[in-house]
Amino acid sequence: MLGAITLLLVCQFAGEAVTMAAGLPVPGPVVGMALLFVGLLIRRRLRAGESLPDIPEDLERTATGLLSHLSLLFVPAGVGVMLYLPLIAEEWLAISVSLVASTLLTIALTALLMAWLVRIPGSGPSANETGCGETDP
Amino acid sequence: MTRDLHEIWVYLSASPLLGLTVTLVAYQAGYWLYRKSGHNPLVNPVLIAVVALVALLKLTGTDYLTYFEGAQFVHFLLGPATVALAIPLFQQLQQLRKSLLAIVISVTAGSLTAAVSAVAVAWALGASRETLLSLAPKSVTTPIAMGIAEKIGGLPSLTAVLVILTGMTGAMFTTYMLNLLGVKDWRARGLAIGVASHGIGTARAILVHPLAGAFAGLAMGLNGIATALLLPLLATWIF
Repeated sequence: MLGAITLLLVCQFAGEAVTMAAGLPVPGPVVGMALLFVGLLIRRRLRAGESLPDIPEDLERTATGLLSHLSLLFVPAGVGVMLYLPLIAEEWLAISVSLVASTLLTIALTALLMAWLVRIPGSGPSANETGCGETDP
Repeated sequence: MTRDLHEIWVYLSASPLLGLTVTLVAYQAGYWLYRKSGHNPLVNPVLIAVVALVALLKLTGTDYLTYFEGAQFVHFLLGPATVALAIPLFQQLQQLRKSLLAIVISVTAGSLTAAVSAVAVAWALGASRETLLSLAPKSVTTPIAMGIAEKIGGLPSLTAVLVILTGMTGAMFTTYMLNLLGVKDWRARGLAIGVASHGIGTARAILVHPLAGAFAGLAMGLNGIATALLLPLLATWIF
C-alpha cells in the first residue's frame, strides 16, 4: 500500500511540475493521471509474454480503495457553501434552476449522442456483454 | 467540572483533529443512510454530510477556516484519487479504444452544453455577472473549475461550491433521467454522468457498474481539458 501511495503522489507531483513548467491550463493531478496511464501502457509492452497482471496488485487494491469513497473527498469543499449562504439566498432561484436544468440537459444530450455514435459502425459489442473489470489481453 | 469540560472543548475545537473527525463521522452517517435506503440516489451521502456539518458549524459558532484546518487532510486526497482514476481507465482500455472518436465528440458537445446552458438559464433569471462567471465551469472537477473561474473573472471559491452542488444534482437525478430516455448502454450512461457531474457523479457510477465508472472517470478528465481550453475563449466572446 505504501508503495502504491508513493507512486500516486509521485505521479501527481510530476503532473504539477509539468503543468507549471509548460503553463498548461489543466491541473496537475489530471496530468498525473495521464502519466500513470501511459506508464502502465509502457510497462505492459515491456513485459509482453510474461504472465504477470497488467496492473500491479498493490496499486490496483490501493486505487480501488481510494476511489470507492471518492465522494467523501468532496465534503470539505462542499461545506464551503456556508460562506456563500447570503449570496445563494439572494439568487437562489437563478442558481438552482440553472444547476438542475443545465445538469439534466447535459446528461441527456451527452448520453443520447454517445449511445447514437457507438451504434454507427454497426455491430460493436453491446454494453451488457461486457464483463466487469476485464483487462486487455 | 463544567469548567474542565469547557477547557477540553476549547482545546479540541482548536485542533485539526475535530474537523477531520466530524467530517468522517458525518460522511459515515450519510453513507449508512444511503446503504439503508438500498442505494437510493436521492439519499446522497455528500449532501447529508454537508448539511449536517454546516448545521454543526453554525450551531457551535465555528468558522469555516477553523474547520478546514482539520478537513484539509481529506481534501488533499482529491489529488492522489484523481491520479488513481488511471486504474479503472486502464482496466477498460479495449472498450475505450473502440469508441475513442465517439467519446471525444460526445464530451466536447457535453462540455459546451453544460457551460452555455447554465449561463443562459441563470442570465435569463437575472443572476449577477459574478454568479454567471462562477457558474460557467460548474460541471468540471473542482481544481480545474476553480482555475477556470479565476481566469474568466468569477469567484473560485463560489465555483467550488457550485461544482459540488452540480455533482450532487447529477448523482441524484441521472439514473431517473437516463431510464426515462431509455439509454441502456453503460458506456453512454457513464460518459454522461462524468461530463455533467465530474467526481461525485463518477463516484456513483463506480458503485453502479465498472464500465460506467471507467467511462465516467475518462469523461471527467476529458471534460476538464475541453472546458479549460474552450471556456476562456467563449467567455471573452460572450462577456
